[in-house]
Amino acid sequence: MEKPKLVYSTFIRTTPKKLWDAITQPKFTRQYWGGAKNVSDWKRGSKWEHVFEKEADPVWIAGKVLESVPPKLLVLSWADPDKPADKSRVTFEIDQIEDMTCLKVTHDKLKAGSKMLRGVSWGWPRVLSSMKTFLETGKGLNIFAGR
Amino acid sequence: MPLDMQPKGCILSGVMDAVFKALADESRRKLLDQLHKSNGQTLGELCAHLDMTRQAVTKHLLLLEDANLVAVVWRGREKLHYLNPVPIHEISERWIGKYECHRLQALGDLKKGLEQTKTDKKG
Repeated sequence: MEKPKLVYSTFIRTTPKKLWDAITQPKFTRQYWGGAKNVSDWKRGSKWEHVFEKEADPVWIAGKVLESVPPKLLVLSWADPDKPADKSRVTFEIDQIEDMTCLKVTHDKLKAGSKMLRGVSWGWPRVLSSMKTFLETGKGLNIFAGR
Repeated sequence: MPLDMQPKGCILSGVMDAVFKALADESRRKLLDQLHKSNGQTLGELCAHLDMTRQAVTKHLLLLEDANLVAVVWRGREKLHYLNPVPIHEISERWIGKYECHRLQALGDLKKGLEQTKTDKKG
């Protein structure tokens, strides 16, 4: 087994169901993920896409749902739609701990030194902080600030 | 998630206290630097690069895990340590904010540039 490249965890005052919906429903992702939406029926084997509607080239990331156990586990393959062979993998693990929810995100199978690795290393801490702020206060952060 | 994969320090209140306490120690900052250089190291790998006893490194790592600055993944019996920058990002969001980012970036670059020049002259 190869070493995962990136592992993040955050504790959010919310429920696993709300956290699951925040990842999978466009009406929520729009509010904290820089305006993007994640589109899929979230069934195992289905396609999923990470879409910025306003961009000329709207599909930023595309892949398949590798595992889906709402509201606990979601595993996605993750690739630039122009380079579908360079697939990495993202695992969301959601766990309730008393009145809060722990989210652990593991992004592995990333190519060393790749543009994707640089991009997601920059992006995940912002997206996850924004998700936490959104779920706790109702308003996300500007994840592209300072870019 | 299996029990042994759960990160520690699942206490929401006082999380920031734990982060600052964890960062207030030079040895722990060195550990984070090591993980920044090469993510996913075992205790043994971390010890090899640091002038600390195994016991001291273990103690510091537990504190970093409690502060959620280090996330842990088990690979078989190997415990891999990952730098988790999410709490640090939350601190920067809280006190730096989105508007000052550009200016601070520019100042940061200036500092780096000036220090670089200084080192170059010395060398």
